[in-house]
Amino acid sequence: MKPSPRITITASILLFACLAGSVLLLQSIDRQRTGATLEEVLYISSPKLVKRLSLGYDGLLADIYWTRAVQYFGDKLTKGSEHFDLLAPLLDITTTLDPHLLVAYEYGANFLSPKPPYGAGQPERAVQLTEFGIRNNPGLWHLYYDLGFIYYVDAKQYAKAAKAFSDGADQPDAHPAMRIMAAKMAEHAGDLQTARMMWSMTFQTAKDPMVQDNAAAHLRALQVDEDVALLERLASQYRDRTGHLPQSFADLEAANLLRGIPVDPLGHTYKLMPDGRVEVRVPDDMPFIEKGMPPGYTPPLKPHLRPES
Amino acid sequence: MSGRIVHIAANTFREAVRDRVLYNLIAFALLMSGAAILVGQISIGIEHLVVINLGLTAVSLFGVVIAIFIGIGLVSKEIDKRTLYTVLSRPVQRWEFIVGKFFGLAGTLVVNTFFMALGVFAALFYVSRHFRAVDGWILVALYFIILQFVIITALALLFSSFSSPLLSAVFAFALFVIGTFSEDLRGFAGLTHGFTRWLATGAAYLVPNFSALNVISSVAHEQPVSGQLIWSNTAYALVYASMALCGAVLIFEHRNLK
Repeated sequence: MKPSPRITITASILLFACLAGSVLLLQSIDRQRTGATLEEVLYISSPKLVKRLSLGYDGLLADIYWTRAVQYFGDKLTKGSEHFDLLAPLLDITTTLDPHLLVAYEYGANFLSPKPPYGAGQPERAVQLTEFGIRNNPGLWHLYYDLGFIYYVDAKQYAKAAKAFSDGADQPDAHPAMRIMAAKMAEHAGDLQTARMMWSMTFQTAKDPMVQDNAAAHLRALQVDEDVALLERLASQYRDRTGHLPQSFADLEAANLLRGIPVDPLGHTYKLMPDGRVEVRVPDDMPFIEKGMPPGYTPPLKPHLRPES
Repeated sequence: MSGRIVHIAANTFREAVRDRVLYNLIAFALLMSGAAILVGQISIGIEHLVVINLGLTAVSLFGVVIAIFIGIGLVSKEIDKRTLYTVLSRPVQRWEFIVGKFFGLAGTLVVNTFFMALGVFAALFYVSRHFRAVDGWILVALYFIILQFVIITALALLFSSFSSPLLSAVFAFALFVIGTFSEDLRGFAGLTHGFTRWLATGAAYLVPNFSALNVISSVAHEQPVSGQLIWSNTAYALVYASMALCGAVLIFEHRNLK
């Protein structure tokens, strides 16, 4: 029997109409149940159980959990959330499933360690994660560098940072700066110079453009912090000399305290405020700065790591 | 191999192709191309790893499913359709029928794996834009997956020789799952004492060891596989599959087909 063209056409049209209808209805249901599909649940929280259930295909499952961790962190970051409750468990499961997934240690520690809104603000979990990585991947100096970095930048435990850099320097093919870093930590842990050296090394050794952008933004922020402190000190010196605050940077220049109008690392001129404070012109383009922000300034939810784009 | 076994194997292969078994390659191709394009956008730093992990896992799971669901029907289907009587009325021994069926399905899986391997390497090339010497270890992982299929095909055929298709599928799949835990089973057996230890150790050695045949994660991290392991796994898979095949032959030889 030959197929009837009428039935074929009618069935085809109906099929596509029903498909479109089901998509529209599902969108309507999703609107009624906002957030229901994105509920924050980790159905199996035991990393060992997940590994057992993977039936030996743990590599693929680790990739899936890593992708989930990235998506979770990205979603929380863009929403400006201060709570990243599932991040550490997701990273634990990922690295238990595949202890050699280096990317999960390197980026995972960077997700966990910084304070909100730039990270989960859990440096102790970042330390645990990196130490687990070191135990399972011995001989990788970069993981020691990450550990020292967390101790230095977020945990502010300089002695431990020095030890991590020193241990890392003993690993095969370690970056020559690791030994210098260990010495710096021991002597001048809180210096801007030390921080600059750390971020410069991150910038040089990172392969990922995102990590490089982050390091570059931190280097710019350090420069701004240093510039603002210096300019405010000069304004104060001017007041001591003249009895009043300078009206502009031209006054400082005229008093031979400054040569030229100072600009920030992005080329914008600084603003000298009537009360002697110094502010950056575009604070949104200067994430991570600790000085030079207008009073009451709230940074954007997503830091502008690459303002020129 | 006798000519009769070759004929039965060739017919089994043809039948599998006619049953549209190789259609799974379309699903596989979609999966690989989707992963290669999407993962870079939704994750960080694992494009290369995902292609290897996903590709080899899919090759393994697709093959296991085919081995079980085709394998369990190899004997029972012939009995149901009464084609077995036509075959056995000719000068074909029962053992030749079983061995021929085994080689036919194993051949189907090898061909299937070959095309999937091409897909894995194509996706890898798309992601990396070049091949490296370490990518050659993927071939070892694929070889181990084929060894896994050889064991499962033999087991499915063993169950098919005395049980219904549904029960055979359950037995074969259960043994596949247990086989992935075989190293744990031996560990548990080591914790027991006396007769229980003897029994548990025996059971642990009786189930197939699939965990040693899974080197997907290792090759994804570019870790080499020792020649000793390749040799040991090859010998183990051949011995274990031969054992299951002998069991199938023994049962089928004594089965009353009237």
